[in-house]
Amino acid sequence: MSTESSNRKAPAGERVADWADGRLGIYGLAKANMRKIFPDHWSFMLGEVCLYSFIIIILTGVYLTLFFHPSMQEVTYHGSYVPMQGMKMSDAFQSTLHISFDVRGGLLIRQIHHWGALIFLAGMFVHMMRVFFTGAFRKPREINWLFGFLLFVLGMFTGFTGYSLPDDLLSGTGVRFMEGAILSVPIIGTYISMFLFGGEFPGSDFVPRFFSIHVLLLPGIMLGLLVAHLILVFYHKHTQFPGPGRTNKNVVGMPLLPVYMAKAGGFFFLVFGVIAAIAAIATINPIWAIGPYRPDQVSTGAQPDWYMGFSEGLIRVMPGWEINLWGHTLVLGVFIPLMIIFPLVLASIAVYPFIESWVTGDKREHHLLDRPRNAPTRTAFGAAWISWYFVLLVGGGNDLWATHFHLSINAITWFVRIGFFVVPVLVFIATRRICLGLQRRDRDKVLHGRESGIIKRLPHGEFVEVHEPLSQEQLHTLTAHDQPKPLEAGPEVDENGVERKIGRTTKLRVKLSKGFYGEGTQIPKPTAEEYEEITSGHGHH
Amino acid sequence: MKKLSARRRHPLAAVVVLLFALAVTGGLYAAFAPADKAKAEDTAQSLAIEEGKKLYSVGCASCHGTGGQGSSDGPSLVGVGAAAVDFQVRTGRMPLQQQGAQAPSKKAMYSQAETDQLAAYIASLGAGPSVPTKGQYNPDGADIAKGGELFRTNCAQCHNFTGKGGALSNGKFAPSLEGVEPKHIYEAMQTGPQNMPSFPDTTMPEKNKKDIIAYLGAVNSDKSENPGGLELGGLGPVSEGLFAWIFGLGALIAVAIWVAARTAKAKKS
Repeated sequence: MSTESSNRKAPAGERVADWADGRLGIYGLAKANMRKIFPDHWSFMLGEVCLYSFIIIILTGVYLTLFFHPSMQEVTYHGSYVPMQGMKMSDAFQSTLHISFDVRGGLLIRQIHHWGALIFLAGMFVHMMRVFFTGAFRKPREINWLFGFLLFVLGMFTGFTGYSLPDDLLSGTGVRFMEGAILSVPIIGTYISMFLFGGEFPGSDFVPRFFSIHVLLLPGIMLGLLVAHLILVFYHKHTQFPGPGRTNKNVVGMPLLPVYMAKAGGFFFLVFGVIAAIAAIATINPIWAIGPYRPDQVSTGAQPDWYMGFSEGLIRVMPGWEINLWGHTLVLGVFIPLMIIFPLVLASIAVYPFIESWVTGDKREHHLLDRPRNAPTRTAFGAAWISWYFVLLVGGGNDLWATHFHLSINAITWFVRIGFFVVPVLVFIATRRICLGLQRRDRDKVLHGRESGIIKRLPHGEFVEVHEPLSQEQLHTLTAHDQPKPLEAGPEVDENGVERKIGRTTKLRVKLSKGFYGEGTQIPKPTAEEYEEITSGHGHH
Repeated sequence: MKKLSARRRHPLAAVVVLLFALAVTGGLYAAFAPADKAKAEDTAQSLAIEEGKKLYSVGCASCHGTGGQGSSDGPSLVGVGAAAVDFQVRTGRMPLQQQGAQAPSKKAMYSQAETDQLAAYIASLGAGPSVPTKGQYNPDGADIAKGGELFRTNCAQCHNFTGKGGALSNGKFAPSLEGVEPKHIYEAMQTGPQNMPSFPDTTMPEKNKKDIIAYLGAVNSDKSENPGGLELGGLGPVSEGLFAWIFGLGALIAVAIWVAARTAKAKKS
């Protein structure tokens, strides 16, 4: 520092920054992170959609808590919605009507909150699909996959406790559904239900309790997980698609500051704008049309929000089995779908990274993404899971499928019962074949070039299409992936000729590994020699 | 008298006695028969029944039997009453286009006058509920909130919260109540058409029926308001979920692609 500069008075911004650095150490943080590089791809912004919709939900949620009364006290409605006047209802329902009709901007904020929640969950779903199909969950990111998974599941339950708060007829039916699931648990079910509802359903405790869970407990945990999720994204650095100059050891992209700060900031407002526009255009959860909850009433078309829809499907298609033993009833028709299959559907997402790394024996770090076609088995598993989930959603909306497509609801139920087992298998087989087809196309493109659409007539009259060779970059991108070999169990006998013991788990693992990477699961990618041979000399043939 | 007794064996005597007896019987009948006015009304009624029977023979008898006694293709109509005929025919459910799980509502095939004749004929087969008068179904001044409560207690199980309709077993369904005339809603409650249970005045008094009609007019007619914006069919979370995925997430992905495409890329020279 020269004496000249030490004499001048630093600008205000610099002084503020200096003050903060002395206390927070922001220079070091900024130096380390301001130039953090992020790769560019639209699918990497799906997580941002989730982050921003989560922020929007928190902001609107705070506004709603200012007017909502989490109370089951019975009141008589005298607000401005005429078709409800003079009706008895809970204070929770009344305050929701009040927010919708008498609070300035109340209905819009309510709708932003609810639409935001649906989009938040849908965003997480698609974000997870992106991470899954590109293999971004592999080492070192398994823990972050679990954090994301927990955020999704907690999001589901935060949504559930949230839409149950207005104490309307639709959500009350959903809470009753949940109570049924709890009651179906042998021995402890009744106790848990009595504990949760403070006595018999519905009682007057569940709204204030759900309120605490919805605004405090679950969002608090989610916020913590979210921060951890982001810290790990920073720590691991972002994954990138393969391409020239991109390796497992670098990240090619743009710096956080200024490029991504500007983009992310702008994107936040775009997300907010889209959600607000949707909330201004379309009704969601019109509790005034649905009416207050009364345990003696129920309506057809009572479905949960979409992210709980697969549980509705499970319960709708399950046969009503039950066992009576020593004067007690074991309601298998509820217990199996909601207490066994429901967690299974979700848990299968959580454990997949660990299963894949165990089966393939792949313990390396991966920062380069797979193109879904280059991991046919994984892609097929993912597609099969989605089809499974979709079949259950069809089951959850079986009545609407019936009325809107003029079908028999019984036929749809049977389709779902059979499809639950058959559709994922068919989708698995079809997806794998499609992946292999795409791999063949890639191979063809590498060896023979791109179809140019130009037809050439040869001197002897034959017509051929001219294929343009690919650029070096394209060749690299199409051939950068590795094609792992399946695990080997090792020789049957050791070096002394003594029979070697191969454990059962090893045998299973080898078999599964063959399923992943064995014969018929990959199209061998073109080698340099093949390329040389084909491109040397005699033209395009 | 001698003259009379002398001719009592005359060959024409029997004819004269017969004529005399007929005249007496006819005269007595003329004297004791009901008054002229009543006779005229009776003629109109019997004319309607007559015409109704003709219409019935052409349009309905193939399934419901020649005398309304029913057959393997259609139920007996004895005792269903005029209200049932008015509902089924005027909403186009009858005559049936084809056998199926349930008769759907379609364009009415008979005019109101013809329907009245059919109704008169069916009502003549056995006593049943008659077509309600305007005073019975007019919802003016009815209690909408009470109607909503009654609707959710008695109707929403099949017809959905605001009468958007719902599915029943094996392809049957509870139809949407949007745009259904108050008269037909009343008749449906009174007679219980097809899969619907009936709500006679003993279980649901006329006043409550009016409340329900008033509620449907408030929440499910072209006059009902949608304070939240597009109603999305009023079907609840399934249509909301579809909308969130297609338009919500769809728009956001489009925006993400747009943002990602606009980057500070170094220009390739």
